[in-house]
Amino acid sequence: MQSKVHVRTAINGEPAEFLCEPRQSLLECLRDLCNLTGTKEGCNDGNCGACTVEMDGRIVTSCLVLGVEAEGAQIGTVEGLARGTELHPLQKAFLENAALQCGICTPGFLVAAKALLEQEPEPSEARIRLWLANNLCRCTGYDKIIRAVQQAAREMKEARP
Amino acid sequence: MTKTEYQVVGTRPVRHDGADKVTGRALYGADFQMAGLLHGAILRSPHAHARIVRIDTAKALAYPGVKAVVTAADFPPAPDKLVDFGEGATPLAYVRGNVLASGKVLYRGHAVAGVAATSAHIAEEAAQLIEVEYEPLPCVLTAPEAMQPDAPILHDGLRTAELGEKAQGRSNISEHFRHILGDSKKGFAETDVVIEREFSTATVHQGYIEPHNATALWNNDGRVHIWCSTQGSFVVRDATACVLDIAQSRIRVTPMEIGGGFGGKIPVYLEPVAALLSRKTGRPVKILMTRKDVFEGTGPTPGSYIRVKIGATSDGKLVAAEAYLAYEAGAYPGAMVGPGGMCVFAAYDIPNVTIDGFDVVVNKPSTAAYRAPGATNAAFATETVIDELAEQLGIDPVEIRLRNAAKEGTRRADGPKFKRIGCVEVLEAVRGSEHYQSPLEGPNRGRGVAVGFWFNVGLPSSCTINVNADGTVNLVEGSTDIGGTRTSVAMQAAEVLGIPVEDVHPSVVDTDSVGFTAVTGGSRVTFSTGMAACEAAGDVIRQMKERAAKLWETVPDKVEAGRGSFRCNGHSATFKELAAKVGETGGPVVGRATVNPRGVGGSFSAAIADVEVDPETGKTTVLRFTSIQDAGKAIHPSYVEGQMQGGSVQGIGWGLNEEYYMSRDGMMMNSSLLDYRMPTSLDLPMIETIIVEVPNPGHPFGVRGVGEANIVPPPAALANAIYRAAGVRMRRLPMSPPAVMEAIWSK
Amino acid sequence: MAVVFIPTLLRPLSGGVDRVEASGQSVRDVIENLESLYPGMRDRLMDGGRLRPNVSVAVDGEVCPMGALEPVGPASEIHFVTAISGG
Ligand code: FES
Ligand code: FES
Repeated sequence: MQSKVHVRTAINGEPAEFLCEPRQSLLECLRDLCNLTGTKEGCNDGNCGACTVEMDGRIVTSCLVLGVEAEGAQIGTVEGLARGTELHPLQKAFLENAALQCGICTPGFLVAAKALLEQEPEPSEARIRLWLANNLCRCTGYDKIIRAVQQAAREMKEARP
Repeated sequence: MTKTEYQVVGTRPVRHDGADKVTGRALYGADFQMAGLLHGAILRSPHAHARIVRIDTAKALAYPGVKAVVTAADFPPAPDKLVDFGEGATPLAYVRGNVLASGKVLYRGHAVAGVAATSAHIAEEAAQLIEVEYEPLPCVLTAPEAMQPDAPILHDGLRTAELGEKAQGRSNISEHFRHILGDSKKGFAETDVVIEREFSTATVHQGYIEPHNATALWNNDGRVHIWCSTQGSFVVRDATACVLDIAQSRIRVTPMEIGGGFGGKIPVYLEPVAALLSRKTGRPVKILMTRKDVFEGTGPTPGSYIRVKIGATSDGKLVAAEAYLAYEAGAYPGAMVGPGGMCVFAAYDIPNVTIDGFDVVVNKPSTAAYRAPGATNAAFATETVIDELAEQLGIDPVEIRLRNAAKEGTRRADGPKFKRIGCVEVLEAVRGSEHYQSPLEGPNRGRGVAVGFWFNVGLPSSCTINVNADGTVNLVEGSTDIGGTRTSVAMQAAEVLGIPVEDVHPSVVDTDSVGFTAVTGGSRVTFSTGMAACEAAGDVIRQMKERAAKLWETVPDKVEAGRGSFRCNGHSATFKELAAKVGETGGPVVGRATVNPRGVGGSFSAAIADVEVDPETGKTTVLRFTSIQDAGKAIHPSYVEGQMQGGSVQGIGWGLNEEYYMSRDGMMMNSSLLDYRMPTSLDLPMIETIIVEVPNPGHPFGVRGVGEANIVPPPAALANAIYRAAGVRMRRLPMSPPAVMEAIWSK
Repeated sequence: MAVVFIPTLLRPLSGGVDRVEASGQSVRDVIENLESLYPGMRDRLMDGGRLRPNVSVAVDGEVCPMGALEPVGPASEIHFVTAISGG
């Protein structure tokens, strides 16, 4: 039996710990050990973006990160986007723009787009397309996703003092 | 004509499952957890075609953490029979054979054994310890090769069927059909121009982002509970029951949220294996596919070989046409060539037509439906030939299509006459669009158009509506919601009831809890389940009238209902007020309906594509793209647009990039999402949409399904655009940079 | 009487005739009458009392959920088509 590693981390601003096998990916740890199944698996090899999470301010595909690498890190997942019952402007914009059909890609897009808007509050369409190019969506053709990100950017700008 | 005013239909409410899906709370199949859960893995064939000589599971079973191993030998013996789960009848042996191979493996990736263990990693390792001795056989990978008399034979028992009659000898052709209308030979004699071309299209995958998954619990009372992501919970129930030879009623399927399907999540793959493993272990077993499993082991859409010949008079009237369609079914019959034959010339009124279709088995994964299955391949051929005819005759490509467009009363080559359809209206919308009217300038650029058809289906749906005392209703349906249909179904109920859509709470429930409902496929949910919701809502209104009549001491017929209120003799009550009184007027009100509707309205769709082709690399960039489709009536216009955009982009991927790149011995060389290149946000412009509404008389609000027809025209529209940009006629899909380069060089 | 369109592949049984009038209240009746005109037709279309798997019937252009039991009007058009649904 493989011995397990005790990992201390912070998920969505809360201290968290889990016991994982050294070979387990962060994606597995989030989903199977922390019961945070909002982060999705589409390929397990870094090519679909469904498992995108924030790690110490950068976005990563959590299927390519080992659980043990989360030691001491700050992890942000889709579950941490809303503040209480108040949805994040991106979440609202995705709903209002019908930017999801099946919704399996949505958590990854939301986390990736949030990181974009935090770095660049007014990205151009081309910039949004480039930033989101690692996130695959097979249902929407991206049109409504891009528009949702644009709308959220506008609303976040207006909300800033 | 005045347009009907609707309160809810045609608006764009936020979907009922929206909050769950943007917060990560929605539970998809892979998210299912349960105490005592075991994890499964599937061992797959490394050969495209081989006899299984021996399977030895001893080492795998001895591996620490392994609880059970199953192979095809674990299926209970059952006589072979024809089974039909809504996609056509097929022998049980084929369905079983695709779940776990028996005797032979027929494609690389063919499932051979399943393992259950305490973790997914252990299960995967143990699967590799199963020893399988294979005797490799020569493989055959394309329809034309498989149709040769000396081709390796996949199924010893397969005989070519021609409408109920089986041919004598062994063959890889499982079916041949022919449609004849008029006399194409005579017809061609009357034409001024005849163009005949050959086409081939590569195998492509539906490409849903969520891999297949299934969890099964074989309970101690003998009942089996399955949780999975499927397009049809009743298909899973009935197919699993057949494969395991147990009564349907012993299986309960709970459909989890589903991460895309496009037809590919209709067949069962994992469910029976998980159930067998659960029976052996007494514990719930969950199996998830890897992405590679999805590519190698689940239904792609057929590759095809097509010949199309069309003749016209000098004024652009189409007089005669012939098509030869040979589609690759993959390992088991069922290539959806039938619909290809129905759709190949469906957009046109051509008096003399002959169509031959062949369903051919090859050593590739058994194909599954993919959005208007069979139609996209066929339209790629027809629509590029029409474009060539237009060019030769000096007629605008939209004009030639309009002159010959199918209308109400046009007889299709496969027999029936069209009812009210919107082909002309769609083409007129193309011609009148800002996109088509605007000039396209610049070198290496070109514009192409194409049109496509999908007939859509009806099939059964069930729905119940429970009235709550606070004036809201709970709507229960069985159509798994793959893209917002909870809402488009709830909207129709809300419209009939005259209440806000927010007051309708839709749920998709398990197979024990709702009447039979066929697959989420064939663009049928908003049409059929929507119709069931309308009828169930009508049933509620009828009962509410009875309640009002009791209150007002009159007879139900005297009570008028409309726009959410009830009136009679100066009395009136809103739906809400009356709902508060159901307790005192006789108890709960439950409306219900089941439908198996006729009146399905087919949908036409067109595409306008502007491209730029890089003459140095052959890369095609889509500059502008418009999708036009007849929705009959758009219940939720954003969702209609979403279907059009999604289908268009799948069509763009099919046209420009996607393909199963096969080695000669039948191995898919690009079985990852890096190498199987689906369009990303960076590859695309915005996808413009024009919704045309030619109401379908067969539906209370005029709905035509919109899920599929939109994928049909894009590859042809792109091919026509590439021709104008680079001067080369592309007759092979995908039109990837190397293929375009090759065409430019050999110009 | 209803007009039955003989499927292309069954025209050898009808001596090449592509449509024929046949009476009947239901698709099953019509097929029985067709059988008396062109022996062998029934077995190619029906299996027991039902339509063969993979054969659907369209009455007046509509694929019929009830198959052989579908009622037929006095001036109906009947086609036999492939049974399929979609993605
Ligand atoms: S699951 Fe991590 S990128 Fe696809
Ligand atoms: S909404 Fe289905 S993959 Fe994006």
